[in-house]
Amino acid sequence: MTRPGDPTEQEWVDDHAGPVVRPYAVTGGRARPVTGTFDLISLVTATRNEVGSESGLGPEHVAIVGLCQRIQSVAEIAAHLDLPVGTVRVLLGDLAARSLVQVREPRATPAGLPDEHVFEAVINGLRAL
Amino acid sequence: MDYGRSERPAGAAPLPTAIKILIAGGFGVGKTTMVGAVSETRPLRTEEVLTETGIGIDDLSGVEEKSTTTVAMDFGRITISDDLVLYLFGTPGQDRFWFVWDELALGALGAVVLADTRRLADCFPSIDYFEGRGTPFVVAVNCFEGARTFRLDEVQAALDLDPGVPVVLCDARQRESAKEVLITLLEHAMKLREARRRAAGD
Repeated sequence: MTRPGDPTEQEWVDDHAGPVVRPYAVTGGRARPVTGTFDLISLVTATRNEVGSESGLGPEHVAIVGLCQRIQSVAEIAAHLDLPVGTVRVLLGDLAARSLVQVREPRATPAGLPDEHVFEAVINGLRAL
Repeated sequence: MDYGRSERPAGAAPLPTAIKILIAGGFGVGKTTMVGAVSETRPLRTEEVLTETGIGIDDLSGVEEKSTTTVAMDFGRITISDDLVLYLFGTPGQDRFWFVWDELALGALGAVVLADTRRLADCFPSIDYFEGRGTPFVVAVNCFEGARTFRLDEVQAALDLDPGVPVVLCDARQRESAKEVLITLLEHAMKLREARRRAAGD
């Protein structure tokens, strides 16, 4: 018999294992962030150079603070940590609630397309590439 | 620069704004290739894990256990300026992921629909989607070697496009070509925006 936690205990053998179970374990089973909505292109930056062993923070939280020393989008954080976007949103909510990250939501465009000067800036930026 | 909250690292600049453009089209048409051609990094992949309830219209009959589906999206980034970052998202290929498209399309500047003249019908769903949503889009015909070349007006007619929708040829592997497609899209979106503004003002 193998004991729980024994590395030889391999019950999860199909593709339900890694990508499904682990993300919810990372968030303690939570599916929604405590605060914020976090669009795929919301930009995130850490407010501190590092975080110590603050209560309630896991290694993934610490990894996000490390990544966000440079500005990253939610999509980039998810890609670099190899976690689903939904999981990253929950973790970011925890960090935002502790003011450990600052978040810039994308330009709100309820009426449709953004200002002309945004288009012009992007066109000029692309030409200059 | 003294800006923002006191706990931010010294010297931190204000956060830029992010915007996005979608790259759509059929499977294997070169979406990720085009993202990679203009992105400042290699294309990244992000995944959304969707549970049974989130899948909605997906047909799960006969599936007894709680099911999940993973939708992968490839994307890239272009830093336009200190205060503007452009993201390019390749849309997930399968039609049953339309609700993921809805999230992607929200707030997008526009979309590039990549077409392969050997499998033109593959881009119909993308065109229908952006037409229905009113998202500005252009059709970029990816010139694969060995594919018969068509005149652009032939492609326009075959796709039954609105005459105002630009159709251009491109090589999705080439940075300059991909840049030109994006610039064509942005100029088209600006025109549409202006036309809609005028129409709303009447």
